Amino acid sequence: MILSEIKDLLISKFGSEVIVGEEAGILQPALLIAPSRIVEVCRELRDNEATYFDYLSCLTGVDYGVEAGKFGVVYNLASIPYQTQLTLKISIEHGRDVENLPSFPSLVEVYKTADWHEREAYDLLGIFFEGHPDLRRILLPDDWEGFPMRKDYQAAEYYKGIKID
Amino acid sequence: MRRDCHAIARNDISIQLEMTQNEAFIKYQQKIAQAATQDMVLNMGPQHPSTHGVLRLELITDGEIVKEAIPHLGYLHRCFEKHAEALTYQQTIPFTDRMDYLASMNNSHAWVMGVERMLGIDQDIPKRIEYIRVLVCELNRIASHLIALGTYGIDIGAFTPFLWCFRDREHIMGMLEWASGSRLLYNYIWIGGLFYDLPVGFEERCAEFVTYFRPKVKELNELLTDNQIFIKRTANVGVLPLDVAINYGCSGPVLRGSGVKWDLRRIDNYSAYPELDFEIPVGKGEMGTVGDCWDRYKVRVDEIAESLKMIEQCVERLQKDLKRTTDFDPRAKMPRKITPKAQDYYMRAEGARGEVGFYFMADGKTEIPFRVKARGPSFNNLSVISELSKGVMIADLIAILGSIDIVLGEVDR
Repeated sequence: MILSEIKDLLISKFGSEVIVGEEAGILQPALLIAPSRIVEVCRELRDNEATYFDYLSCLTGVDYGVEAGKFGVVYNLASIPYQTQLTLKISIEHGRDVENLPSFPSLVEVYKTADWHEREAYDLLGIFFEGHPDLRRILLPDDWEGFPMRKDYQAAEYYKGIKID
Repeated sequence: MRRDCHAIARNDISIQLEMTQNEAFIKYQQKIAQAATQDMVLNMGPQHPSTHGVLRLELITDGEIVKEAIPHLGYLHRCFEKHAEALTYQQTIPFTDRMDYLASMNNSHAWVMGVERMLGIDQDIPKRIEYIRVLVCELNRIASHLIALGTYGIDIGAFTPFLWCFRDREHIMGMLEWASGSRLLYNYIWIGGLFYDLPVGFEERCAEFVTYFRPKVKELNELLTDNQIFIKRTANVGVLPLDVAINYGCSGPVLRGSGVKWDLRRIDNYSAYPELDFEIPVGKGEMGTVGDCWDRYKVRVDEIAESLKMIEQCVERLQKDLKRTTDFDPRAKMPRKITPKAQDYYMRAEGARGEVGFYFMADGKTEIPFRVKARGPSFNNLSVISELSKGVMIADLIAILGSIDIVLGEVDR
């Protein structure tokens, strides 16, 4: 199934507001999805007989930088029966306050792969996933402060009173 | 295994509550504290030989039965993605080697192909280079599988296969050192080419190795694969149904062990693989159920034979129509400046443990990627452990973990 067909399928199912944009003309085109609808879109793509995107290859949390003021998540889906690939993107504009994290719906109920990948995005980028069953830090220690993969992250000078060289 | 008494930890909760506001972390701590009163909490790792590195599995056990296994990772986190945001595409190749350090060639191959496709030069790579890449990747895959099989034997209690596997792996290490200059972390495959051409006589050495190694695989099968004790320990243990494997994003031998022919070398047809003749081994449930530990083990054994077939074909072509010439320069097609157009690209390739993926975000202005995400196959394969370990014996958990074959360098990146 090519991208335009997938787009038509989603529009006929959920209405046109579910797709907020499209990145075309490059090697791997992507669909930009409204963040609040991502779970139902993925469930439809997974279960629909024409698409069967049953495999979440990769989930990437993105900090688009201080100037853009935007956070996003990229989903790379794959279909094992049809051997096709699809990229979905969601993003919101959000401030960089660590007390008030940008939040997206969690995809764990559709793909279990998202469990650890979302924990990683939370851990490194400070993106919160609503409805995630166990959103703890995964790679860094539980008491780590700050989110290192953010573009404005300043490396800490001390860790528990120990000087970091 | 270290036995942890969580009575102390319970008193610490109030202190740690102040430290973090994370709700999920508090929930987790309460779960452990409660489990410590009725069941036993057992820490398997991080310094435990059968966790294959620094992985800690926190087990909530009821006698010998594992009620729940909570994996803790990150002991080997080396900030790969952060480094990649500060280095050029070429400079990051040694870092990709250090992800899955048992199959470095496969990692850098995936990275390099991704960058080449973004630059649009992937069709210009000379055939000889593609064949050399596949040759060293397959050698490395055998070396990696040999470790997987040998250490799996040790986990189960068989010591000899481990020594045999390491003896044979040493030949491959020596050959790859001859080609690249280092034994484990090669930095051999470069964007648009190779570090050096193969040394003179390498092809002959490969052919010699294949002849030497074929009977050794047979020996290994007689010693371990068909061993009744080994079968008793692995057949019908840790059965991973196909739908669960797919939903958890398992790939490589773990996914194929559950019975689906999903090999990116055939599906994506990258590099020289479309011209090579090889089969995709899948789990058939010969000794028990499809998707049990024995099936995953057997897929690796069969893959070694397939890799040997591929090496033979590569060597043959490298000695005939793609023969070395004096004017052949493996760096001739290397771009001077690597600045891909502004785009996002997800590159996936079949590593020794499954789908090695790199998600690139290029801004089109600099030689440094805006964002890179590495998708390690072990990271996804390991996430299924809490699902597989519900209600198994502690000794079986060791068998399950070994059959998943994780490399912590790639889990933690």
